[in-house]
Amino acid sequence: MEVKISINDLTKVFYKKDSRVTALQGISLDIADGEFVCLVGPSGCGKTTLLRILADLEKPSSGSFHIGISKRERPLQSMVFQERGVIPWLTVEGNVSFGLKMRHLPEDVIKERTSYYLNKVGLEKFAKLYPKELSGGMKQRVSIARAFANDPEILLMDEPFAALDEQNKFILQEELLNIWSETKKTVLFITHSIDEALLLSDRILLMSSQPGTIIDEKRIDLPRPRNMEQVRADPVMAEHFVEIWNHLQEEVQRSRK
Amino acid sequence: MKDRKRESVTDPLQMEKLEWKKRQMQHRFKQILTISSPIFIVLLWEFLSRTGLIDARFFPPPTEIVGTFWAMGMSGELFHHVGISLYRIFAGFLLGVIPAIIIGLAMGLYGPVRHFLSPLIMALMPIPTLALLPIIIILFGVGEVSKVVTIAGSVFFPVVINTVAGVVNIDRIYLDVAKNYGADSKQFFFKIALPGSMPVMLEGIQMGQAIALLTIVAAEMMGANSGIGYLIWTSYKAFLLKEMFVGLVLISFFGYLFSLILRGLQAKLLPWR
Repeated sequence: MEVKISINDLTKVFYKKDSRVTALQGISLDIADGEFVCLVGPSGCGKTTLLRILADLEKPSSGSFHIGISKRERPLQSMVFQERGVIPWLTVEGNVSFGLKMRHLPEDVIKERTSYYLNKVGLEKFAKLYPKELSGGMKQRVSIARAFANDPEILLMDEPFAALDEQNKFILQEELLNIWSETKKTVLFITHSIDEALLLSDRILLMSSQPGTIIDEKRIDLPRPRNMEQVRADPVMAEHFVEIWNHLQEEVQRSRK
Repeated sequence: MKDRKRESVTDPLQMEKLEWKKRQMQHRFKQILTISSPIFIVLLWEFLSRTGLIDARFFPPPTEIVGTFWAMGMSGELFHHVGISLYRIFAGFLLGVIPAIIIGLAMGLYGPVRHFLSPLIMALMPIPTLALLPIIIILFGVGEVSKVVTIAGSVFFPVVINTVAGVVNIDRIYLDVAKNYGADSKQFFFKIALPGSMPVMLEGIQMGQAIALLTIVAAEMMGANSGIGYLIWTSYKAFLLKEMFVGLVLISFFGYLFSLILRGLQAKLLPWR
């Protein structure tokens, strides 16, 4: 399979007067085109830093990464931020079309793609509302629609469902899989939730606590389309769950010492 | 424990209807309280003044002040003073607010500009513009310009400071969103910086409006031959206290009116709040 994201010996150090924090240490990683990869690790392990480097919001201290380009007019990447990432002074429509407008696409293309993805996430009736009138789950739908509408080479997601309640989380996870299966974008997804990682991923990467390195990976072969009941009922998944759980426990213990 | 009402009314809908009526009553009562305090003071004043319990020379009864107001209005004298004061306030307000917003945005957006200008602003801010009136008069003469400049000077500082704070305190995540989705600097300004700083900026403008009113009255007392402040001061010196009270009431009225207008503007400009 074609490699879409390749990361090469990437290291990030945060340097301040009396502290040197190695957030990421020698990360090397290939992600295939169309692969859905979840990054799981204890808090503070540098997951978000890695994502921010790929999103061009942070510069690596050393090492490099490459994102494969398939069409010249496509942006390299779009990020689905956490819940606060929806811009409060833009309407739902304005948020979803944000990336398209920034790229000065023709008005009719913007209109068409915006309404397509508004429909996809079921927010067409709320197009003219401001985010203050939306629930947390609806805000995240806006954020997801904004990223997909931008039609990037790869999608980066930074714990997009972390702030949602259990019910909403399940619904949005399945909605995300629906939209994703249509576009087959390469996704790098950060999460704390093992269930979420098992449901969404083709591959789960496990990170160690500081300094962040990738210490293990799991392939998830459960056939798609999947749903949460299948994940819960599958004995292999249960085994994966326990292994990942133990790994996280260990890392948390280690970082406390 | 027994609840008397729950015994007498068993229908839950009926019960909630009673509760709702009670809440409506309480709401109306609060509204009445709000309206009643000014009316009460005016009535008390009228009564005390008429009965001689307070000196009617210093505190003429409100009805007589209204009479004076009417007479001054009919003679056109009032409109002259009000007109000239309003002109000074608006001109000074605009002359202060517009550069304050431009400089404030520049300071908020560009670190070097902020670091270069902020000591000057911090040093000048604590000086009341009225204390600078002598210098302003030396520079701009005794005419209208010096009054307008005085107002502008006092409006400038709260607006510039709030504009800077408004830009600097925009949540970092929106800057990340803008960068991630490829906003250029013009788009960043119009889509993120300007709307994001607007709420705090408008707070500053609201403050500037109040200060403009304070300043105009004081400035007109010190060196003017027209305006509401002049009216108050000369009426006082000539012991025309009814006329003086007319001036005071006018200031109060315009202060209220301006803040209403600005609040309306705020609701228009910030539909997302």
